[in-house]
Amino acid sequence: MNEQALDIREGYKEKYGFHDDIAPIFKARRGLNKEVVAQISDMKGEPKWMRDFRLKSYEHFEKKSLPRWGGAVDEIDFQSIFYYLKPVDDQGKTWEDVPADIKRTFDKLGIPEAEQKFLSGVGAQYDSESVYHKIKEELSNKGVIFLDTDNALKEHPELFREYFGTIIPPSDNKFAALNSAVWSGGSFIYVPKGVKIDLPLQAYFRINAQNMGQFERTLIIVDEDAYVHYVEGCTAPIYATDSLHSAVVEIIVKKGARCRYTTIQNWSNNVYNLVTKRAAAHENATMEWVDANLGSKLTMKYPSVYLMGKGAHAEILSIAFAGAGQHQDAGGKAVHAAPNTTSNVVSKSISKDGGRAGYRGLIKVAKGATDCKSTVRCDALLLDEKSRSDTYPYMEIEEDKVSIGHEATVSKIGDEQLFYLMSRGIPEAEAAAMIVSGFIEPITKELPMEYAVEMNRLIQLQMEGSVG
Amino acid sequence: MGTTPTLQIKNLHVAIDGKAILKGINLTVNKGEIHAIMGPNGSGKSTLASVLMGHPKYEITDGTVLFKGEDVAEWSADERGRKGLFLAFQYPTAIPGVSVANFLRMALQARRKEMGQEKPLPPKEFRALVTKQMALLKMDESFAGRYINDGFSGGEKKRNEILQMAVLKPEIAVLDETDSGLDIDALRIVSEGVNALAGPELGVLLITHYQRILNYIKPHHVHVLVDGRIVKSGGPELAHELEAQGYDWVRDTQAA
Repeated sequence: MNEQALDIREGYKEKYGFHDDIAPIFKARRGLNKEVVAQISDMKGEPKWMRDFRLKSYEHFEKKSLPRWGGAVDEIDFQSIFYYLKPVDDQGKTWEDVPADIKRTFDKLGIPEAEQKFLSGVGAQYDSESVYHKIKEELSNKGVIFLDTDNALKEHPELFREYFGTIIPPSDNKFAALNSAVWSGGSFIYVPKGVKIDLPLQAYFRINAQNMGQFERTLIIVDEDAYVHYVEGCTAPIYATDSLHSAVVEIIVKKGARCRYTTIQNWSNNVYNLVTKRAAAHENATMEWVDANLGSKLTMKYPSVYLMGKGAHAEILSIAFAGAGQHQDAGGKAVHAAPNTTSNVVSKSISKDGGRAGYRGLIKVAKGATDCKSTVRCDALLLDEKSRSDTYPYMEIEEDKVSIGHEATVSKIGDEQLFYLMSRGIPEAEAAAMIVSGFIEPITKELPMEYAVEMNRLIQLQMEGSVG
Repeated sequence: MGTTPTLQIKNLHVAIDGKAILKGINLTVNKGEIHAIMGPNGSGKSTLASVLMGHPKYEITDGTVLFKGEDVAEWSADERGRKGLFLAFQYPTAIPGVSVANFLRMALQARRKEMGQEKPLPPKEFRALVTKQMALLKMDESFAGRYINDGFSGGEKKRNEILQMAVLKPEIAVLDETDSGLDIDALRIVSEGVNALAGPELGVLLITHYQRILNYIKPHHVHVLVDGRIVKSGGPELAHELEAQGYDWVRDTQAA
């Protein structure tokens, strides 16, 4: 493996490069201890509270044990990982180092070469700045703040501090603690009262370098009656030389507001993708997670919504695709903490070539949260005999006056379905891809159009050579 | 006959799980002809339909099927479909999440490519084509957006089969008990659809148990299939004789 791990943040050098007067010579090194955590904070020139927050988080990380459920996280060697890299480390990696199968996928997806290089971390100059600026201007006229998280801490310290770490405390789990200690990059969004942003943020500049960090931290605050749709990631495979991606995403959806957060991620097959995503939805607010996971070695991700106010609604839609050697442990969590709250969870998983995909979910209704309604539907599609699908639906219902529904199906691609499509002239691999695309259609139809198209193309690529 | 037959079945023997189903079928269907194959349950009618389309479940133990002079034995189902063979299924399968329009577009693209037209039909022309054929089959426009056979009524399924045939324009169409499960109105609509498509460029092999559909679609030739063999062939009048006297009559004449 290439030791020159990278951090491909656009404009990073200009923004966070060394200041001679502050930083001593910092050598990127593997492993983690208190000093490394403190150094990260010092190099970023952070306020004391954040430095303390990181150090405290590191203590939690040390104390917390690894989850005993989900995937084989005990194989992660925490001391072999780079936790912070300054931009100069970008150099030394070349296009030739990028594996051929990733390049092929880029080509098949029709991604221009400049963009391909950017995605692989070998060309940091991909220029999306001009588009980016224009949107930024329109947004800031409306009072919207849209920054990378490091800059948000500098430019909006009060707002930042008021919400940061309030939805996912560092003590939440080992990986949230790790992220809290070493986070870098991510997005910060504040949408003021009543402001509705029509265009999905980021759909325009679908590659946002800030979102590709290893330990990115995202914080979104949607004020009363406001609306935002944020799109994270893209369908192109993200090639990472480092094997651990552990992000934290916190969202606050205030009274009457609505937030949709769409993720499409396709990590290279060496990556552990362990992400904590959680939103708090207040009175009559709506939070929607649309989460599509492809690639990675192991993904453990369960976007959650805490329904804190009367009439709040949660929508969690997830797709997991597990190929050879992959384990997708995905799902969702809805916690009904107020009366008349509703949640709807739809999970679609696909396993092929011995891959393993599962749904793990929790529906919790607190005492006093009367007249809640929750429906969970999880469907699994197995493409061959050696693949695996698991369902772990947990329910903790402490209130009687509720309506909870759960439905689960497991199916295989049927010979008759294949024969039917093929008899009309469609080759076997394409026919199988059609069946898979149809299977996830209830979710892809929720994606912005270009992503839905890409998603289907990607499924087609995944299916090529897998049948027949 | 000087020209190559469009579909020629020679001494076809087919087995499933080692059990012989078809025991030496000989049949030639040319473009412009409508053949009806009638037979009682279990005579091998649907097996013949599936095997012509290349269903992997069936094993050809002897004989050949030639399409325009070429042996189709090694052709997969999709290859047969692209080259102009078509099967209207007796029980069309549901494909949830895949719209009729999307499916038709993919299938037509594959067929056109095979015919040497690399470029897909422009979206506008494609839409016009589908709309026109749907009108012919008295299908509502919203039909194109529905998922293939998902929640379709019996009549809708059969109309959807004929719609695909209308869009793909095969040279040989095998209709496997297209009349089954249809009420009289649906039967009439479907039959009218088939009649509108029949003509010098299409050969039809109509497989049926009952004579009923032959009141609407007039065959040139009628064959009677019993126990894996064609035991009698004749003109349209044969269907009426069968209707009047039942399959036992053919069995008896055979035995005699």
